[in-house]
Amino acid sequence: MLLEVEDLNVYYGAIHALQGVSFHVEEGEIVTLIGANGAGKSTTLRTISGLLRSRTGHIKFKGQDISMMPADQIVRLGISHVPEGRKIFAPLTVKENLLMGAYTRKDPNEIERSMQRVFASFPRLKERLNQLGGTLSGGEQQMLATGRGLMSRPTLLMMDEPSMGLSPILVEEIFNIIKDINSQGTSILLVEQNAQMALSISHRAYVLETGRIVLSGTAKEIAENPRVKEAYLGV
Amino acid sequence: MQQLSGSSQVTIALPKKKKRPPLAWVGQGFFIILGILVAVILISNLIRQPTLFAQFFISGLQLGFVYAMIALGYTMVYGIVKLINFAHGDVFMVGAFVSYFAVARFRLHQWPLAAFPQISPGLGVVIGSITVILLSMVICSALAITIERVAYKPLRDAPRIAALITAIGVSFFLEYFGALNFVFSPRFIPYERPFEVVAWYIKDGIHLIKPGEAPPDGAITFSNILVIIMIASILVQIFLQFLVRRTKIGIAMRASSYDKPAARLMGINVDSVISFSFAIGAAFAGLGGVLYAIAYSSIWTQLGILPGLKAFVAAVLGGIGSIPGAFVGALIMGQAEAMTMGYISTPMRDAVAFTILIIVLLIRPTGIFGEPEKEKV
Repeated sequence: MLLEVEDLNVYYGAIHALQGVSFHVEEGEIVTLIGANGAGKSTTLRTISGLLRSRTGHIKFKGQDISMMPADQIVRLGISHVPEGRKIFAPLTVKENLLMGAYTRKDPNEIERSMQRVFASFPRLKERLNQLGGTLSGGEQQMLATGRGLMSRPTLLMMDEPSMGLSPILVEEIFNIIKDINSQGTSILLVEQNAQMALSISHRAYVLETGRIVLSGTAKEIAENPRVKEAYLGV
Repeated sequence: MQQLSGSSQVTIALPKKKKRPPLAWVGQGFFIILGILVAVILISNLIRQPTLFAQFFISGLQLGFVYAMIALGYTMVYGIVKLINFAHGDVFMVGAFVSYFAVARFRLHQWPLAAFPQISPGLGVVIGSITVILLSMVICSALAITIERVAYKPLRDAPRIAALITAIGVSFFLEYFGALNFVFSPRFIPYERPFEVVAWYIKDGIHLIKPGEAPPDGAITFSNILVIIMIASILVQIFLQFLVRRTKIGIAMRASSYDKPAARLMGINVDSVISFSFAIGAAFAGLGGVLYAIAYSSIWTQLGILPGLKAFVAAVLGGIGSIPGAFVGALIMGQAEAMTMGYISTPMRDAVAFTILIIVLLIRPTGIFGEPEKEKV
């Protein structure tokens, strides 16, 4: 098991945001967390990457407990988190943004090779290499955020709402790239409001509601569940 | 222009685009008249006595380049942690004292000649003085890292005003702890220089001023310490530009100043980046402190207060968070002060410095190189 999350309880002050969340990601999988706004999807990802702390339970990555580890060490272990809203470094150039993605790595030749691989997936980034991150369009920023997330060569890539604010064509493009990244051996934990799209590329899925996992199964089972259909797929 | 941080601005509320209040022209007219008055005084004096003007200009350069070295520390720290580190001026003071003890007590500046008597005395003095300066820089860095760890880091998530008040507390602590008799003592101490200050005058060519001799009327004098301060300050600028532009830690500084959680997701240890920027800023303050002590040859524990505050004004004037802004602001401050001393009166120098702060906050609170604060979506 690549990632094992057990009994997370996260609080924002008095608000009990995650109430005993447990799930896992196997090697090579794409796993989706779906849920409405405020269900705790982003909180879950932020807790795994070390930005938030859980009061109970534990998070195991490749068998190692990372629940008390600082965020920068977790990146070193091979988890990369593409945050909600992309969080591009606006005053840095595209190239500098990508270099920051590779901050934990030392060998310049290896970093250069990773950058070429990112350009192969996102040729647009190569054209805009010396442009400031803040001047990119929304779609380009998502590409940059994803590319930056890949620069640390993660074993697990966590993506938070990669489709947010993008046109349908771009959404499709991004999801194709996610599938592509996965087929090259990176496991993916996806958080999406666009449930239909996310389920179509995922192996398994979990449904989060007000801080609890209420449903889990293969992507197909979830997509066919009548409750899910009504609440998230709009049919 | 290089901006350490995209969103680092003064926290003063920006003037919103709203209906102009009645009588706004009174204020505007006042500033215009003030500007014209300053220009008239300066230009008429420049025409009447150009050499005197040049002499004031040179003393303004010396002040300005010292302020530039201090202002960088304010602007870098503000860029990353949004804290105005009021203890920075006292770190500058500690730099001066470290060099005093190194020179007067331990004769550190003479070690090259003591160890290798065969080298030329000139080279020995240069190496010895650089050793003294490096020692001051290292100790100031260590002091700043300690201050950051002990006083500021526990308040990282507290309201910003708490950290600001703590900074003022640390500043007082350094001043009055330093004033204890077994530390630096509360008295003015004559500073023993690691090398001799040599002065020249310019009149029909450049001539050396011999000790005990006065330069002729109408000559412009300058000293080796002025040249050293200028070179050191410019080198510091270039080094810092290179650092934040081209090095991994420098880019990480800019990334952390823009968005700390995102920087942590990149694997950046934001705490060590913050410590690093405190250390770099303090090293430059230490360098400035040594050169300031050499130039003005008397030190005491409160010598950092006014240069520190003026460097802070310089950083605000240039646009706090902006590295070239700190440099330009500092040069303007140096000139403003020197011209005030020359053409108004010496005690007015401090009043003018803080008047500039008020005017900047009224007219353009983001400073020369600052951009208006953008709201983060």
